[in-house]
Amino acid sequence: MSIAPAEITESALDVDSDRPWVTIVWNDPVNLMSYVTYVFMSYFKYDQAKAELLMMDVHERGRAVVSSGTREAMERDVTAMHGYGLWATLQKDD
Amino acid sequence: MSSGFYREADARIVLRVEEVERLLLVSMAEQVLEIVAPRKADPDADPLFALVGIDPSTERPTSEVLLRLFPDAYGDDEEASSEFRRFTERDLRQMKTAHANSVLETLQRSGDKVMLTYAMVPSWMGFLNDVRLALGVRIGIDDDFHDQVENFDRDDPRLPLLGVYDWLTYLQESLVQIMLP
Repeated sequence: MSIAPAEITESALDVDSDRPWVTIVWNDPVNLMSYVTYVFMSYFKYDQAKAELLMMDVHERGRAVVSSGTREAMERDVTAMHGYGLWATLQKDD
Repeated sequence: MSSGFYREADARIVLRVEEVERLLLVSMAEQVLEIVAPRKADPDADPLFALVGIDPSTERPTSEVLLRLFPDAYGDDEEASSEFRRFTERDLRQMKTAHANSVLETLQRSGDKVMLTYAMVPSWMGFLNDVRLALGVRIGIDDDFHDQVENFDRDDPRLPLLGVYDWLTYLQESLVQIMLP
């Protein structure tokens, strides 16, 4: 536990809350492009255009940020992605 | 060889299979069940943990297949990943088990015509994907895999697996196409 003065801890927390967490989906050689699109539409309720754009980012750039928000929300999204079999991680936005 | 999933007039989804294909899918579902079954409960575990889906004994899997099905949630934080695992892996295993069980039940009461309602699609989709992920690891599929296949020996043990993998890919693609607008 931190023994730092209260005001420093607080300002550190402020900085933290300004940077949201993100869910990242990574490219993998097994998941079908159409399936990845289907997952983004089914789970995130993205329209087909947005889902396909994100899928192409995953496919061509190796990864894409698919959602952002609180750490708890991103843990839910990552769990869901793992349920669908997509390779996903969460981290602080950078 | 079957022609993949197609839509029938009464809003059902149909897959025509030969008996050998149906048995192959049954065997795949049974294998997935073995892989994803929730780990045996620790007899000393706190039942309250189990009640809320937390498994304090969950450890990072050592098999590559399990690591692919239950990946680390934090790329750069082992401790957070293992904490995440304790809270989520049991539920994920139960969900994947339910998918494979549902597929198995359907296959066991089907003949050469496997009929799905739309409500059954998530189970089939999840099951087909889990099998392909597991086979993909076993075969060693990576980004330039298809360039290497041509150099495989004719009796390479990966070739029959690859045949099954390609068929499942074809089935999954046909099911996704039905579900996309």
